[in-house]
Amino acid sequence: MGLTSTQTIIVLKEIGKTIEDNKTLLTELDGAIGDGDHGINMNKGFAAVTKKLDNMESEDIGDIFKTVGMTLVVNVGGASGPLYGTAFMKAAAVVSGKQEIDINDFIKIMDEAIQGIKMRGKAVPGDKTMLDALEPAYNALICAVKEKLTTVDALEKVKEAAFEGAKYTKKIAAKKGRASYLGDRSIGHQDPGATSSYLIINTIYETVKKLKD
Amino acid sequence: MVGLVIVSHSIGIAEGIKELARQMTPEPVPIAIAAGTNDGRLGTNAEQVTLAINEVYSNEGIIILFDLGSALMSAELALECLPEEKQKNIMILDAAIVEGAITAVVEISLHKNLHEIKEALQDLCIGKIR
Repeated sequence: MGLTSTQTIIVLKEIGKTIEDNKTLLTELDGAIGDGDHGINMNKGFAAVTKKLDNMESEDIGDIFKTVGMTLVVNVGGASGPLYGTAFMKAAAVVSGKQEIDINDFIKIMDEAIQGIKMRGKAVPGDKTMLDALEPAYNALICAVKEKLTTVDALEKVKEAAFEGAKYTKKIAAKKGRASYLGDRSIGHQDPGATSSYLIINTIYETVKKLKD
Repeated sequence: MVGLVIVSHSIGIAEGIKELARQMTPEPVPIAIAAGTNDGRLGTNAEQVTLAINEVYSNEGIIILFDLGSALMSAELALECLPEEKQKNIMILDAAIVEGAITAVVEISLHKNLHEIKEALQDLCIGKIR
């Protein structure tokens, strides 16, 4: 019970819609502790992604992810461009040649994406970055698959963990990115990167749930 | 001659550094900048770094200096996309960007090689690359 190339593209476009709907929220979060452009940057990037996906001819999910990654790198001006771009480009390698992906592929995708983000951003969980949403989400995914939950139930656990992880970033001081210059003054504010990561994961859950109903 | 690439969030900063550095040597030194987003906002972009590298690349190599956070990520990403024989001739260095650029330009104009320039910039390292 997996996702076809067409369904994968639907999920990716839904992510674009979510980002657009939350553009102001992300920019406000970033305005509090960063350079105030996360919403604008992400929206520009994912709008470009949606356009690219409309003209996507290949059904190879590896090609699809690679296109998403490259488009984000070129169209997102802030750190989220190289970070999410690298995540998708690294993930592309593990689904190369596939026209359908399942929850076990999603484990590999998340693993590669997280490794890519760590390599690019040189951050670790606890630095108040997107990793604080992504790493707990990945751990929840591993547990859910071990417990043999259905895909939708597993993804629900994943999005819950991402939500808690993003919320947790309020309690810690930033050690990476523009917010790190604020030190302890960044405490009390939720990290915009962790928030966009949660939004992406939540959209994956919501969209897969709809597709599987 | 080694080339210099300045990666900054701001075109104003990058142009200013270039202007300042140019003042240091009568002999023109190859300097290229990669600054701002494609739509003219503050930010950096790997594609622009690639273009800047290609603008001043020679076999003698390139020094890349950067300002903040994503500037380093964009520079690294651009580097990874180049063929290996080019990659080994390019160094991304951690230095205070203004002082680093001025020092680099002087060293470049004295026809120093990549490693000599790296050494000259060592004291200006401010811990931007971990």
